[in-house]
Amino acid sequence: MKARVHVMLKNGVLDPQGEAVRHALGQLGFDGVEAVRQGKVIELDLTETDADKAHASVTEMCEKLLANTVIESYSVEIV
Amino acid sequence: MHAAVIVFPGSNCDRDMAVAFEKAGAKVSMVWHKDTALPEGVDIIGVPGGFSFGDYLRCGAIAANSPICQSVVAHAEKGGYVLGICNGFQVLTETGLLPGVLLRNANLKYICKPVRLRVEAADSAFTAGYQPGQEITVPIAHHDGNYFADPETLERLHGEARVAFTYCDNPNGSVDDIAGVLSQNRRVLGMMPHPERMAEPLQGGTDGAAMFATLVDQLADA
Repeated sequence: MKARVHVMLKNGVLDPQGEAVRHALGQLGFDGVEAVRQGKVIELDLTETDADKAHASVTEMCEKLLANTVIESYSVEIV
Repeated sequence: MHAAVIVFPGSNCDRDMAVAFEKAGAKVSMVWHKDTALPEGVDIIGVPGGFSFGDYLRCGAIAANSPICQSVVAHAEKGGYVLGICNGFQVLTETGLLPGVLLRNANLKYICKPVRLRVEAADSAFTAGYQPGQEITVPIAHHDGNYFADPETLERLHGEARVAFTYCDNPNGSVDDIAGVLSQNRRVLGMMPHPERMAEPLQGGTDGAAMFATLVDQLADA
């Protein structure tokens, strides 16, 4: 079973990398990009076969290591 | 006074920190990240600068979950002293011992230069060797030193006078110019600038030496 975790900076936390990407897109002539937020995708291969258990376990991983919940939010997808 | 300096894979200021403690008169033990216990009778733990675990995932995140860090947290929770510098500050925020987090510098550049700091809180064992409001010169060397905390946390930090140092000329976008913060019991200090790199004349200045001298003094009496 595979899990995919999306980690994003929370709203209100300045994202200088996203801002730099937005600026670069503008310079390339891509008009109309109002904001860019950059995050992370983490893919995990799991031995667990029960989707609910896998979801619970990956959520715990997010809380303990994969995301810093002071500044980041996360979502877990079992695929 | 007995100091333990933690060494992670990728630490690169561990020896500088050990030398600064030794010059001030402390006995120093180097402790590997895979160790689970600290040496007997440790008064203070130094969490040094560097790039622990290559800054993978987030700066300090993997180090904060290494075996020795459980002992570091336990030491702090018992009222022990901990000094985290640069990557060490990032590690301490990741363990939750200090509030907030260090984000990428606002200008997205690695910055390595001496900066002017203002001593905001001179009533801790780390900062008692300085005058309140005193300005000192200490180098920074980081890519992720942009201190961030939510408004409630900032209000608490200011209300409890836990901002130890601020930047006179904010180099990295840190909120409220914050360069270093203390724990509630004032026994854990995290700061991005490197006092151990300004601890003897050969390094170009000695403004950092007072921190180590004061710590050795105060903890020897304890």
